[in-house]
Amino acid sequence: MTVPPAAYVLLSTLLFVLGALGVLLRRTALIVFMSIELMLNSVNLAFLSFARMHADLSGQLVAFFVLVVAAVEVVVGLAILVDIFRTRDTVDVDEVDLLRG
Amino acid sequence: MGLVVPWIIGLPLAGWILNGLWGGRLGHRPVGWIACSAVLGAFILGGWEVLALLRAPADAAVVVRLWEWIASGDFRIEAALRLDRLSALMVLVVTGVGFLIHVYSVGYMHGEEGYSRYFAYLNLFVASMLLLVLANNLLVLFVGWELVGLCSYLLIGFWFEREEAARAGRKAFVVNRIGDAAFVLGVCLLFVLFGTLNFEEMARRVRAVPSGQLAMATLLLFVGATGKSAQLPLYVWLPDAMEGPTPVSALIHAATMVTAGVFLVARLWPLFAALDILPNIVAAVGAITALFAATVAVTQVDLKRILAYSTISQIGYMFLGLGAGSATSGLFHLTTHAFFKALLFLSAGSVMHALSGVIDVRRLGGLGRAMPLTTASFLVGACALSGIPPFAGFFSKEHILESAYHAGLIHLWLVGVVTAGLTALYITRAAILAFGDPPADPHAHPHEAPPVMAWPMIVLLILSAAGGFLGAQALGDPFHQYLAPLFEKKTVPPARGLDGLVLGAVSVAAAAAGIVVAWAVYRGRRDPDLGAVGVFLRRQWYIEDLYRAVVVAPAEAVARFCAGVVDLRWIDGVLNGLAAWIARIGTGVRRWQSGYVRQYAAVFLVGTVLAVSYWLFR
Repeated sequence: MTVPPAAYVLLSTLLFVLGALGVLLRRTALIVFMSIELMLNSVNLAFLSFARMHADLSGQLVAFFVLVVAAVEVVVGLAILVDIFRTRDTVDVDEVDLLRG
Repeated sequence: MGLVVPWIIGLPLAGWILNGLWGGRLGHRPVGWIACSAVLGAFILGGWEVLALLRAPADAAVVVRLWEWIASGDFRIEAALRLDRLSALMVLVVTGVGFLIHVYSVGYMHGEEGYSRYFAYLNLFVASMLLLVLANNLLVLFVGWELVGLCSYLLIGFWFEREEAARAGRKAFVVNRIGDAAFVLGVCLLFVLFGTLNFEEMARRVRAVPSGQLAMATLLLFVGATGKSAQLPLYVWLPDAMEGPTPVSALIHAATMVTAGVFLVARLWPLFAALDILPNIVAAVGAITALFAATVAVTQVDLKRILAYSTISQIGYMFLGLGAGSATSGLFHLTTHAFFKALLFLSAGSVMHALSGVIDVRRLGGLGRAMPLTTASFLVGACALSGIPPFAGFFSKEHILESAYHAGLIHLWLVGVVTAGLTALYITRAAILAFGDPPADPHAHPHEAPPVMAWPMIVLLILSAAGGFLGAQALGDPFHQYLAPLFEKKTVPPARGLDGLVLGAVSVAAAAAGIVVAWAVYRGRRDPDLGAVGVFLRRQWYIEDLYRAVVVAPAEAVARFCAGVVDLRWIDGVLNGLAAWIARIGTGVRRWQSGYVRQYAAVFLVGTVLAVSYWLFR
C-alpha cells in the first residue's frame, strides 16, 4: 500500500501548525527554539512532497538549503540563548523585553 | 619678459602660503624674512620690468595669457595679466612702499601674538593689490578688488578679541560690499555693451556703444571706486579702520587699498573720457570729498583718525585731478601721497609704539626731544602733505589744481585751494598737539623707534622730501613724460608760464595761511573749543549719524525682527510644532512595541496568513 502524497502535505501542515502554536504559546526560549526547528522541518517535508508530486528536483534542492540554514541558525541561536541566560538568569522570552517602547 | 610678470604676484603669494601654513612653527625671525623678501623680490622684478618698458615704445604693454578662465558660449574670459606703464608704476608703488611697511612691521609687531598670521595677511594684501593692478580685464581686476577688501577686513580686525576692532573690520567689509555690488552691476553692463571686458578692446570700441548705457555702467563702476577709495558717500569705513595695527593703516592708505579706486578710473580712462559729464562728476565728487574730509580732520583728536580723514581728502584731490582730465597729475599725487602718508602713519605708529598705545593728541606732546627722528619724519610728512615747496606733495597738488583750473573747473579749483589751506591747518594742529611743548604727561618716557622701524621711516622721509622732483617742470616733468603717452588724447598738458606760477603761489599762500592760523590758534598745545561748528565737524557733518538713522538703524531693526520674530517665532515655531507632532505620534505608536517576542510572532503569523490568503483568493 502506498501512502498518497496528499497525506505527506497534510502531515507537514499539522507539524507546521504545532510548531507555530509552540512558538506562540510556550515561554521557555529553548522550547520556542525547538518549535521553530519543527516549523522549518515541516516546510522541508512539504518541499520534498511537492518535488515528488511534480517530479521536479528543485524542491529537494531547496530542502537542502533549508537544512544548512537551519543548522547555522541553531548555532547562532543557541549561542544567543546561552548568553541571555548568563546575563539575565532566565530563558523566559516574556522577561526579555529590552525593546519595549 | 612676460615670464617675469606672474612672479611679481607669485612671490608675495608664496610668502602668504609659507607664512600662513608654517609661520606658526617658524619663529619670528624667519617669518619676517620670508614676508619682507617676498615683497622686495616683487619690487626688484617690477623695477626690472620698468627698465625694460622704458626702453620699449611708450604705449608698449606686456600681456601674459595664463589660461582661459571662463568659457561659456560668448562669455569668454582669460586669466591674463597686463603690464604697461600704468600698472608698472602701481607695481613699484605697491611693492616699494609695501616693502618698507613690511620692514617697519617687523619691529612694530615684535612680540605680538599672531605674528605669522599678521605677515601672512600682509603678503596676501600686497599680492591681491598686485593682481588688481596687473589685471588685463575687469573680471581679473575684480578678483584682486575683492581680495583687497577681504585682506582689509582681516587686518583691520586683526585684534579681533577687541569688540571695536571686530566691528571696524565688519564695517569696512560691509561698506565696501555696497560699492562692490555697484561694481559688479557695472561690469555686467559693460559686458553687455562691449561683449568683452578686456581693457584694450573696450577702449577701442568705446565710440560704438550707446552713450547713455555707457554712462550708466561707468557711473556704477565709479560708485565701486568711491567705496574702495573711501570717497563720499561711502567713506565711513576708513576712519574706523584705524582699529587695525598702525602699519596696516599705512599699507591701506598708501599702497594697497584706497588707491585702487583711483587706479580703476585711470585704467578705464577711455571710458570715462568718452562723455563730458563723467569726468565732471568724478572731479566734483573728489573736490567735495577733499573739502569735507579736511574740515572734519581739523576737529579730530585721534592722531590716526586725523591722518585717515587726511587720506580721504587727498584721494579726493586725486579724483579731482583725474576728473579735470589730467590722469597723470592724479597718479602723480597717488605716488607722492603714498610716500608721505606712509611716512606720517609710520611716525604715528612710532609714537604709539613709544607710548604703549596712546594716540589721543590731547595726551601726547613734548615728543620732540625724546623722538627726534619720529618728529622729523612727521614734520617732513606734514610739509609734504601741506604742499610746501619743495616737498613732494607740493608738486603733485600743484599739478592737480592747475589742471582743474585750466579745465575750466574754476569753482572746484577754488574748493581745492581752500582744502589746501585746511590741510595745512589740520596737519599743523596735529603736529603741534602731538609733538609740541608742553607735554601732557611729564612722567612719560618715550623712546625712539628701534633701527628696524627707523630705516623705513628714513627712506620714506627722503622720498617725501625729494620725490616731488619726479614731476618738477624744471626737470622736464619726467613723471608726466612717463605716463602721458597712455592718456595722450585726453590729457590736457599742464600749462606753463606765468599762469602756472600764479596758481602755484595762490595754493602755497593758502597752505602758508593754514599754517599761520594753526600756529596762532594751537600754539602751546591749546585746543580751543570751536562750539557748535566744532561739534558739527567732529560729527562728520552728521553724515555718520544720518547713515545710522537712515540705513543702520532700519537694517538693525529688520535684523532684530528677523532674528526675534521670523526666526524664533515663525521658523522655529513651524519646526518645533512639526517636531512636537511627530513626538506625539511616536508616543501613541510606541505602545505597539510591547517587547513580547511572542506577540511579535503572532502579529507576524497573522500578517503572513493574511498576505498569503490575499494572493490565493483574490
